[in-house]
Order: sequence, then C-alpha cells, then structure tokens
Amino acid sequence: MLKCLSSFFILISLFVFYSFAYSQPLGLGRPATYNEVSSWDIDIRPDGKGLPVGSGSVIIGEELYTDNCASCHGDFGEGIDRWPELAGGFDTLDSEDPVKTVGSYWPYLSTVWDYVHRAMPFGNAQSLSNDEVYSITAYIMYLNDLVDEDFELSNLNFEEVRLPNEQNFYQDNREDLENVIYSKRCMKDCKKEAIITKRAVVLDVTPEEEDVSDNSNSNEDDIVKTVSLDAKLIKDGEKVFKKCKACHRIGLNAKNGTGPHLNNIFGRVAGQLEDYKKYSKNIKKMGQEGLIWNTETLTSFIENPKKYITGTKMNFKGIKKSDELEALIEYLSATTIIN
Amino acid sequence: MVRKLKTSRRNFVVGSLAAGSAFISTRKAISSNTDDKAITEMQSWNSELGDGVDANPYGYPSEYEKHVIRRNVPWLTADPTSSVNFTPLHELDGTITPNGLCFERHHGGVAIIDPKKYRFMINGLVDQNTVFDLSDLSRFPRINKLYFLECAANSGMEWRGAQLNGCQFTHGMIHNVLYTGILLKDILKEVGLKNSAKWILAEGADSSAMTRSIPIEKAMDDCLIAFKMNGESLRPEQGYPVRLVVPGWEGNMWVKWIRRIEVGDKPWHHREETSKYTDLFSNGKARRFTWEMDAKSVITNPSPQAPLSHRKGPTVITGVAWSGRGKIDKVDVSLDGGINWLEARLSGPADSKSMHRFYLEFNWDGKPLLLQSRALDDTGYVQPTKDQLRSVRGENSIYHNNGIQTWAVDSNGIAENVEVS
Repeated sequence: MLKCLSSFFILISLFVFYSFAYSQPLGLGRPATYNEVSSWDIDIRPDGKGLPVGSGSVIIGEELYTDNCASCHGDFGEGIDRWPELAGGFDTLDSEDPVKTVGSYWPYLSTVWDYVHRAMPFGNAQSLSNDEVYSITAYIMYLNDLVDEDFELSNLNFEEVRLPNEQNFYQDNREDLENVIYSKRCMKDCKKEAIITKRAVVLDVTPEEEDVSDNSNSNEDDIVKTVSLDAKLIKDGEKVFKKCKACHRIGLNAKNGTGPHLNNIFGRVAGQLEDYKKYSKNIKKMGQEGLIWNTETLTSFIENPKKYITGTKMNFKGIKKSDELEALIEYLSATTIIN
Repeated sequence: MVRKLKTSRRNFVVGSLAAGSAFISTRKAISSNTDDKAITEMQSWNSELGDGVDANPYGYPSEYEKHVIRRNVPWLTADPTSSVNFTPLHELDGTITPNGLCFERHHGGVAIIDPKKYRFMINGLVDQNTVFDLSDLSRFPRINKLYFLECAANSGMEWRGAQLNGCQFTHGMIHNVLYTGILLKDILKEVGLKNSAKWILAEGADSSAMTRSIPIEKAMDDCLIAFKMNGESLRPEQGYPVRLVVPGWEGNMWVKWIRRIEVGDKPWHHREETSKYTDLFSNGKARRFTWEMDAKSVITNPSPQAPLSHRKGPTVITGVAWSGRGKIDKVDVSLDGGINWLEARLSGPADSKSMHRFYLEFNWDGKPLLLQSRALDDTGYVQPTKDQLRSVRGENSIYHNNGIQTWAVDSNGIAENVEVS
C-alpha cells in the first residue's frame, strides 16, 4: 500500500515537473525598446490611432505626386498600363465595369495614408516624410474632387474626413446566405442536359507554352556570366539596379515597361527607341541634337535626372553615392556585349 | 497472346519516357516481329558512367522535366515584381507541392533577408513588447502540419466565363505544403495578451510591408509561425526565413517575411482588406473579411495542358480538392457535364485544411466527355456551380470563385476550358 502510494507521488511529481518545464512564460525573447517599437510600428487605423503629428497641402502634394507617383498612376490618377487607378470611377460599382478608386471604393482615408507611407513609391518604399505623405494624401483627395485646391490635411482634421463609400461594406455573410444553398448532393439525372455555353479558346488569352529546352528564359544572370568586365562591380551594379527595376528591364527577353528597356543602352541615341512611346519631349529633342548614352552622359543623368534633362518623365531622385553609380554604369554597359 | 500484350504495354511505357513530355502520341499495338529499338539497341545510360555524387550538391529534376515550371500571365499585372505565377497542377500528383513549384505572389518582389538580421517583434496590447530572433523562435515547441494555401483570387479570371485554357492558370494559385513551425498562440501567451486584445495585425518585412488584420480567435486557434516547408527552410519567395500560416484562410493573410505582430482592439482596415480582397456584388456593395476559403476541386488530368495520351479503354481521371473549413469528405466526378455523378477515390496523406488527391478509374468509350469534379467537406458544404455563385454575387466579385470547373474532352483526348448550361 505504502509502496503503491509512493509511486503515485512520484507520478504526480513527474507530472508537475513536466508541466512546469513546458508552462509559460518560457522567458524567451527580450523586451523591445521604445525606439525599436516606434521604428517598426507605423500602422494607421481609421480612428486615427498611429497617425503622426504633421500636415500637408494639395499644392505641395501636386508637385510630390508628379515626381513620385504620376509615372505609374498617371497625372490625373487614371493609372497607366495596368497600374492602379486612384481617382474617378464614381457611380461605376454597380455597373459591368466597376472602377475601384480611392474616391469610388476605398472606405477609409487612413488606408491611403498608411499604404502610401508603408509601400510607396513603388521600389523606394518608406522614403517619404510624414508631411509629404499628408500632402500626397491630400492631393489624391483633390484628384477625386473631395476637397478644393487650397485644402490642407493634418493629424488634427484627419478624422473629420469621410470617404463616400464607407457605408457600402458589410461583414462576410456566406454562412447564412450561401452555405445553406450549397448543401445538396445529387448523383443521378441532376439536370436535363449540359450544353457548352462558353469556351476559353474563343478568347485566346492563354500564354503560349514557351520553349524551355535551353535556358533562354533566364535574363540578368546570363549577362553577368558572359562578360569579361569587372565581374564584382557588375554584380554590385545588379544590386543597385533594383532601384530601377520598377520601371526598367534588362536581359534577353527584356521589354519596355513604364520606362524603356535598357539592353544596349550604351551607344544608344537618347529618346529614340522606336517601340517606346512615353519619352518626354526634351529627351527626344536632346537625342535628335546628338545625345548618346555613354559612361559620362549616363552618369550625369542618373546622378540627377531632372537636372540633366529638364522635363524628363523619369521620376527618380537619382543615385548620389559614387560607388553605387559606378557599379550601376558597369552593369548597364555589360548588356552591350551580349546582344 | 500474353507475350504480345506484354510487349505492347512495355513499349508504351518506354515510348512515353522517350518523348519526355506530357504530350505523347498514341501508339497502337505493334506486331511481335517489330522489335522495339529502345530495348534491342544499347542505350548510352546502360553503358557509360553518369555523374558522380559531387556533381549536384543540391539536386534538380531530370532534364526531361524542364516543362514542369511555374508560369505567369503577363497581361494580368503591370509588372512582374507585383504579380503572380501559377503552380503546374497538371504535372503533379499526390498531395505535396514541391517547393520550387509553389506559386508565387509578391507585392514588391522577393525580399532577401539575412537570417542573422532577422527579428520578430510583438507589440501593442501585450504585457511586454518583445523581440525574438531565430534562435529564440527555435526554442518554442515545434509542430508539423500539412496545409493548402490558396490565393483568394484563384480562378478570379473565370468569373465572367471560361477564359484561360489550362488548370495551371485557372486553379494554379494554390500549393500544399508540410510546415514546421510554432503555434502563434504559444508566442502570444509568452508575451501575455491584455484582456482588450481582439485583433492582430501581421506585417511583412518586404518592400510592400504587407499587412493584414486577423481576429484574435484565429490567432489563438491554429495559426503557425513557420520556418520550414516540406522539411527544408522556406524558399525566399515563400517568406524566408519566417512566414505566417493561417490555415484555411485566404493566402494573402499568410504574411511572408513576417517581422511584426501588433495586438489591438480593432481591425486596421489596411489596403489588402479594403481596396483588395473585398468581394464586390452587382448592387455595388461589397463583402469584407471573407477569410475562409470555400470547398473547391479541379480535375488536373486530363486538362487543357495535359490531354489524354491514349484512345478508348482504361482511363484514370485525377485531381485535387480542398476546403478551408475542414477535411474533404467526398469528391464526385461527372463525365457528362453534371447530369450524373460518380464518387471518386481519395488517396494520400491529407489533413483538415489540406489538399486531398482524388482518382476515378473508368473505361472510356472514346466519345467526347464533359468532365467536372465536385468537393464535399465535412461541414456538409457541397461545391457549387459557377452559375449558383453568380446568381448570388453577380460577375464583379473577382475573389472566392470556387465554382465547379468543366473540361470538354474531345474524341482525340484534347481538353478545353468550357462552361456548360
């Protein structure tokens, strides 16, 4: 009996030890500092929680928008190519072609502030100051006819703003509305006939099966492998090229995007690529007057694009660090060799 | 007679290997005096030495499998850095998606994160704002779970009718992976939730700083902080070194490269849960927070990219099924466009909220087929037709299209994406 009891106690104490060893807290991790939290905690909520002190105006916003946003979203927020439309689309949500913009669809202005601040400009995220984000947000409101051109947005009046479509969202109701319908399992003679009503081949939008027998679908890597220039510098330049990738492509199958493709950019006459239609007037003119891309001209242009070609549509602030610029130029020059 | 049959069957198998492609011409039985050179002639691999063990420290598929790749649809998006590619479902079997074939969806390209600089922060309505590194995370109890991840926009291009000719494109925004990770609730308990905690915000470290709001009940249920997929480290394009796993819910919520979780008392209504991933109805109003992925299935073989390689006779139909609400209970297959249905056979490891593999073997008479599959999950939900979905939601919904897919197969075995009455 005693023996039995003692083994019972051993069992109990084993159990206690086991649960102790795995009960929480485990003491893992370390406290986050105030600066660490404020560096990463950048989110904004519709009730204004998280919004920093600051302000911006439509007028300043227009300039910032033109420099940072218009190359993809268009001068009027109309969206270029397949980039998102930001303005207009009112009264289209119940049509066959709904246009979902900040003005027509988005429920909360805080979403605009938060998103521009955390993810824009595309390829150069989190580079805008708080006041710049206020200005761009104000300008997007202006593009949607929600405010006048003298409007100023700040943390003080932010919560007064309501977007027109706020009330048109409702909670998921599939369970009550749909799932009850989708519950019958018919096995035999479930309908009279099955006639083909729509065919994918009519549209013919499916990508063709590409030839993968060689490796021609890789691009950047090939360039680096096949040149005898400074390989390390080219590799560094390839990293710097990430700043350009939102608009420019390089490689065997590179096509024009928001900006022209950069294959054989060395020796190319500026602004004259036949199948690229979005050059500024000035770059075309400078090309006609003899501007040819070489180490010297490309360096000057990329260092400060708007200074070198006034009116350029390339909305890029430039690369100021000389080692980055040198590596990028080396990388760009490498494309001449392969093609 | 027996001998003749054996020869022709073997010939077919070798023939299909030699073709090295899914598109194999139909071979008729050959007479016994026509020898198969694949057998009677010496093959190089039968005589010469192959690669040694030092040739491929990390292995690749056979060079004859080069067509088994993710593909994208260039016209869908403005730029490949904020775009999607598709899993080649028609080339796969079983239930696990190989790591290199899991579809990708990025909003600012693939973040390349140095694991030494990886930090994971939890802040907000917790007892202690806390930072973890990878070593800290590895000391929590780990579990292994098989889950599907489906983009809410999978089949989104098909809302208005049959558009893309291939199940890779119509259904390929899905993968099914064995995750190793830790339960999010264990980490949340570690930092101590305040009573007012109702929501979490998950945030990525990529250049889109992806964010989604998730209710605390889900966070404290089955969400994982995962660092391995199918046994090896997450691929960069799947969130290396750490991603969030939100079983059964839309893929956009499975934040990759996760760097932070904030605990709050209200949802954040960020871009991906307002402007995107809300379901617009024909009356102009929109559903939001449609997190669960409904039960769905698709026949992967035959399908437009994978026609039947033979004429009439024994034929295997296979495909995959999944439900964000639980296990797949049954899958039915129709050969006549949904008039009559046959129960298919499920095979392979599958869990709740994971992909299931189904097969239907039948004797094809060589006449045209209208193939459909229909998933039933363990909540009693039966996969609806596309017309049923449209009758409730209209045609502008984009997301959550789990309607029954139809492939029209002609007498040559060629399959096409169609819709039927």
